[in-house]
Amino acid sequence: MTFPGSSPLPSGSTSYLDSASGEPLHPAAREVLHRALDQAYADPRRLHGPARSARLMLDNARAVTAECLGVRPDEVTFTPSGTHAVHLGVLGLLAGRARVSNRLLASAVEHSSVMHAGQWHEARGGIFETMPVDSMGRLSPQIAGEAGQAAVLALQSANHEVGTVQPVAEVAGLAGDTPLFVDACASGGRLPLPDGWAAAALSAHKWGGPAGVGVLLVRKGSRWRNPFPGDDRADERSTGFENVPGALAAAAALQAVLSEADVTARQSKLVDRIRTAAAAIPDTEVVGDPDARLPHLVTFSCLYVDGEAIVTELDRLGFGVASGSACTASTLEPSHVLAAMGALTHGNLRVSLTRETTAEEVERFLAVLPGVVADIRREVGM
Amino acid sequence: MIELDCRGMLCPRPIIELARHLEDVPVGGVIRVVADDAAAAVDVPAWCRMRGQEYVGSTVADDDVPAYDVRRLS
Repeated sequence: MTFPGSSPLPSGSTSYLDSASGEPLHPAAREVLHRALDQAYADPRRLHGPARSARLMLDNARAVTAECLGVRPDEVTFTPSGTHAVHLGVLGLLAGRARVSNRLLASAVEHSSVMHAGQWHEARGGIFETMPVDSMGRLSPQIAGEAGQAAVLALQSANHEVGTVQPVAEVAGLAGDTPLFVDACASGGRLPLPDGWAAAALSAHKWGGPAGVGVLLVRKGSRWRNPFPGDDRADERSTGFENVPGALAAAAALQAVLSEADVTARQSKLVDRIRTAAAAIPDTEVVGDPDARLPHLVTFSCLYVDGEAIVTELDRLGFGVASGSACTASTLEPSHVLAAMGALTHGNLRVSLTRETTAEEVERFLAVLPGVVADIRREVGM
Repeated sequence: MIELDCRGMLCPRPIIELARHLEDVPVGGVIRVVADDAAAAVDVPAWCRMRGQEYVGSTVADDDVPAYDVRRLS
């Protein structure tokens, strides 16, 4: 076993500003996880004592998650990831509509998990089309309304890169009989779940639960069919041996963060502060809706700045941030979200706050940022 | 019109070249950026918006590499 504790900059001394990729485990989740790892090992489908104990914990996780999200317990399925929940949600609604249509319509700024589900559908003979967004990254309900009949509409609750909140309820109102899939991974535990979905997906590690736990929601009465090989588990929509400790820890974290409204308010103020300071850097564009947005994240792009260079330099100075620029991605394609918005794709930084991020950390970041940008520009002669 | 050959350059290099050579054309003149980097399709229009120049549109060069035209306004 290897832990990177001996590296020159251990994680403890880095200001981690990338919670949108993964929020640190909430203390409430850690406590529950430790206890459940010892107690919830048995197969919840068996009839003996340890199995009943595991089943009770799984049912408790489901009940708590349902209550936190304002849904019915039988609408909740735990999955091995948020991505898997997205795939099951999108493709399961499509399977339920196969006799009506095979046309999937999604906003152009969906998470790559939705895009990959769409491409998978397309590769199997289906139709996958995207709808344009405005410069804030918002889908207009009018465009969704005029897009014509679809088998399934997919719209995120809020954008994972720029934070803009989508008009989910309005789009659902215009969609008529067409079921709406809502990817709520970016907003789960931070904003209330919007109304109007037939299926939705969330991801526990985005709100401080452990990785490896996603949540699929299927609205009672929705036509949903398993698009993948099935199984015979406690929950008919799930496959594979349940991660009971993970589900319970995820539920504990969700319950804890929903009781911490002060964190959301503090994050939102700090994001306002970063937005203002970033906009004051020359030739820098802050993107996404300034008001109708996620509380904890902000994205901006600096002209003439190489995304990899700025992320690397900020890491050297002790700040962990993400970038949607092509040179920092696994492909050479720039962020499809920024591209769909017509926003500058190079020199891009996404700063996202954890529940523990302090005003002092933000000020230290803002104190070094303009100099880092200026230095990189100077090196390329700008 | 002048043409900047930015083939093979990765972002943000084509945009840096565009900014450096804008004043090689008179106000009202057009500068063409030929770039195969995928980010240029978004970043040339975004640069025009941020810098107050006019994005005219895109064509393709003889070798099918995209070319982006910018009119200098100031």
